[in-house]
Amino acid sequence: MSIDFHTQKLLAAFLLRLGDDRLVLGHRLSEWCGHAPVLEEDIALTNIALDEIGQASAFLHLAGEVEGGGRSADDLAYFREATQFTNVQLVEQPNRDFASTMARQFLFDAHSYFLLEILQKSAHERLAGIAAKGFKEARYHLRHSKEWMLRLGDGTAESHRRLQSALDDLWPFTRELFAFDETERALTDLGIIPELENIEKKWNELVLSVLAAATLAVPANSGHVASGSRTGRHSEYLGHMLAEMQILARSFPGVKW
Amino acid sequence: MTEKNLHGENEGDLWEVFVQSETGAPHEHAGSVHAADAEMALQNARDVYARRGTPVSIWVVPSQYITATTPADAQPFFDPADDKVYRHPQFYKIPKAVKGF
Repeated sequence: MSIDFHTQKLLAAFLLRLGDDRLVLGHRLSEWCGHAPVLEEDIALTNIALDEIGQASAFLHLAGEVEGGGRSADDLAYFREATQFTNVQLVEQPNRDFASTMARQFLFDAHSYFLLEILQKSAHERLAGIAAKGFKEARYHLRHSKEWMLRLGDGTAESHRRLQSALDDLWPFTRELFAFDETERALTDLGIIPELENIEKKWNELVLSVLAAATLAVPANSGHVASGSRTGRHSEYLGHMLAEMQILARSFPGVKW
Repeated sequence: MTEKNLHGENEGDLWEVFVQSETGAPHEHAGSVHAADAEMALQNARDVYARRGTPVSIWVVPSQYITATTPADAQPFFDPADDKVYRHPQFYKIPKAVKGF
């Protein structure tokens, strides 16, 4: 598909958002490696981390190519500052405990599942291809995190308390998942990606039904609602995370491992 | 039937995992996983034993439902074959009239 310069910029920005969400979440999950509550879950979390980073790599590679400035996926991952990252604030929130990690994962997985499902129908063939591969993975991720929501929510008094508290803390970050702006809308108008507005409704239905089944209360809409991360506004946590994630590539530019 | 690990935390029951590598092939024992229930056991089995290949099916069975022989059983269970030569087909001479056996 040949596209003009303006469309190229929009598409690169959109791909960067998709890549950044998954890169940051994948890195967060990788922090569990060797620390998960049981061996099996350690393997599951690192599997999911690798899936997220794999998707990020594909989206960032394509973003760099569409952008046309010669930046590779690694350039985008390791040589941008926090204010140049366009991931939602939800995914950069620290792991805290296992309940918090699962709540963050479930809220994101439900979003990623419906988003990648619809992006498989993108008119941009390569974007649709990455979405199709990612959708299969997202289906498994969602199954995994959903099962944990049910078990922790409807488990012991302690697991319920921890999960409810994690959910209450993370809820204000979920609105941003659906804060589509002119980038997405313009790409929809240009016929490059399908209409994304339906995702919020599907997400609400799924998330609310799982919360009900897990005996969890839907958090009240508090005053604070995260916003602006698609344009580089982030919570204090992202900078610290990036410092750790980027130090090797920045200390030894071009290093291979 | 809860098992405690070294840290005294509950890591769930033990499940035996059987993986079928292709349609029609037998499910073969791959190993075991800990999990709180059947659905989680399936997911853990998928992550631990099936992520590299392309299996078509996985079974998980609570380990407690497997009845096994003990090393002490080995003699009475497995020994008797050797001294009863007539149990082996080689014991029987094939008649000359039988061709292409």
